[in-house]
Amino acid sequence: MKNYLILITLTLLLIVLVSSLNEMPVMGDIASPAYNEVAEYYINNTQEDTNITNIISAIITDYRAFDTLGETTVLFTSITAVVSVLGFSIKDKKE
Amino acid sequence: MDDLIVKTVTKLIIPFIQLYGIFVILHGHLSPGGGFAGGAIIGASFILLTLAFGIEYTKSILSAKVTERVEIGGVIWYIFIGLIGIAISGVFLGNRVAGFPMGTFGSVISGGMISLITIGIGLKVASTMISLFHHIIEED
Repeated sequence: MKNYLILITLTLLLIVLVSSLNEMPVMGDIASPAYNEVAEYYINNTQEDTNITNIISAIITDYRAFDTLGETTVLFTSITAVVSVLGFSIKDKKE
Repeated sequence: MDDLIVKTVTKLIIPFIQLYGIFVILHGHLSPGGGFAGGAIIGASFILLTLAFGIEYTKSILSAKVTERVEIGGVIWYIFIGLIGIAISGVFLGNRVAGFPMGTFGSVISGGMISLITIGIGLKVASTMISLFHHIIEED
């Protein structure tokens, strides 16, 4: 009984998700909401704001520097996890 | 791996790989590349050294203590630059408003804090790759 309930719920969710797929903008569509004034702002104002030639670098380390800080923290967290799992076993072997 | 050809080629090629990695990091704000790509290149050069000469040799050059400190230092350096922005202008990671010197457009010294942050990211990524590889290879 419980399994059927889960199956029905998941099927309904699938129908909702697949039906919304049709509403997605086509790839390369000029009216897509992803093409807005933000890209134009970056192209027009990067030199004035940051004085560098590489616009992508300006976006990742100046306009969205906080996001890159999160990315760096992800690396730090991953290495902490690996060392905490593998590091102890190495120490035990040596002793 | 104890092969003379691999060792000789590695000895010849590693300075050029590391020089290229430093070039990519320092020119991250002028040309394609940046901290992540340059750090990956430098980390790959040390992985090559480990594969050719063994883990003991690489650890005598670059011990686990050093890579751990560089890793922690990379994150702290990044946050420290952000805090300089707060102290001067009240904006976290502020660049021009925080009064970083902008330099001349198109030269290596330009863009204020961007090149400083790129150096921090590069050191961080390189040390992460090296210590991750060493920890996994030590398991055997």
